[in-house]
Amino acid sequence: MSEPSLWKLFSTFFKIGGLTFGGGYAMLPLLTEEVVNKHKWASEEELLDMYAIGQVTPGIIAVNTATMVGYRKRGVLGGIIATLGEISPSILIITTLATILLRFKDNIYLQQAFGGIRIAVCATVTVAIIKLMKKSLVDLPTILLYLLVVASALIFSLSPIIIVIIAILFGITVQNVKERGKKS
Amino acid sequence: MIYLSLFYEFFKIGLFSIGGGLATLPFLYKLAETHPHWLSAQTIADMIAISESTPGPIGINMATYAGYQAAGPLGGVIATLGEVAPSIIIIVIIARFLAEFDKNPIVKHAFYGLRAAVVGLITFALLKLLAVTLLLDGMVNYFNVVVYLALVALVLIFKKVHPLVWILIGAGIGVVSALVL
Repeated sequence: MSEPSLWKLFSTFFKIGGLTFGGGYAMLPLLTEEVVNKHKWASEEELLDMYAIGQVTPGIIAVNTATMVGYRKRGVLGGIIATLGEISPSILIITTLATILLRFKDNIYLQQAFGGIRIAVCATVTVAIIKLMKKSLVDLPTILLYLLVVASALIFSLSPIIIVIIAILFGITVQNVKERGKKS
Repeated sequence: MIYLSLFYEFFKIGLFSIGGGLATLPFLYKLAETHPHWLSAQTIADMIAISESTPGPIGINMATYAGYQAAGPLGGVIATLGEVAPSIIIIVIIARFLAEFDKNPIVKHAFYGLRAAVVGLITFALLKLLAVTLLLDGMVNYFNVVVYLALVALVLIFKKVHPLVWILIGAGIGVVSALVL
């Protein structure tokens, strides 16, 4: 099974996109099952490498991984088809839900339900941030950068694009200074 | 041409948001500032709820929902395609030239800074979210604050519980409090 059909790529990633909640780590088990065990499009190590690259390249991790698997099997067209498969369930489900919700948006109970839902969302996002902090704020420079980003976003309403670029330069500079310090 | 500007705006989000679905949040808030008729701070909160409780990557779900709100079903499709287009271009380039991209020292160093900044950006998005949720006409809504703190504790304790469960609990609290209070 070295050359899957484009349809097979589409349908496999359609299944992955439609059955995983939340993307990110949540998709790894199903991705491994389909790509490694069932279709043998990549070894487990190769898939983990692709997933790691998907995390450090711009864009949605699930989409990056789908593009990479599709590209390796069937070139650029394969990458595009796999990605379209991955995002199609989202488009179908969200479009349907949005149509229904916008029709009933003046319903008082729906409004109250969403009032409560917003509180729950705040709670889940708060916990997600706590988890991310443990992984990302590893020393004094990263803690300072974190505080600076929050403050500058609040006070100056800086564009996230500028903050992302500054953070990349910051990371490279600080690590270079550290390495130079080690050498001398 | 709204479809063209939707594609362009979400292309930018796809290009600059690195590190998972919630990383697109600060960009959506920026978009709510520059294009208030597309989405508001309030609709972003609803958008997260729906995206967390339906299948598919959160970033993609939010793009579809935001595009739909701005310009109907086709808007949802266009926004989503805009968001994934940079991924496809970048991955194809990287897959061809740099097989070990994630092990490259410069990439690692960049991520050392980037990760901290992304958490900062998501924290900023959370503060905006809290402002529309816990304040009512500039006054603190204490009932909501108590529910929020209780839910944070519960989510921390019951780590394995699916986000959909918390969202349903939130919906229940919202409806019941309206009936009781």
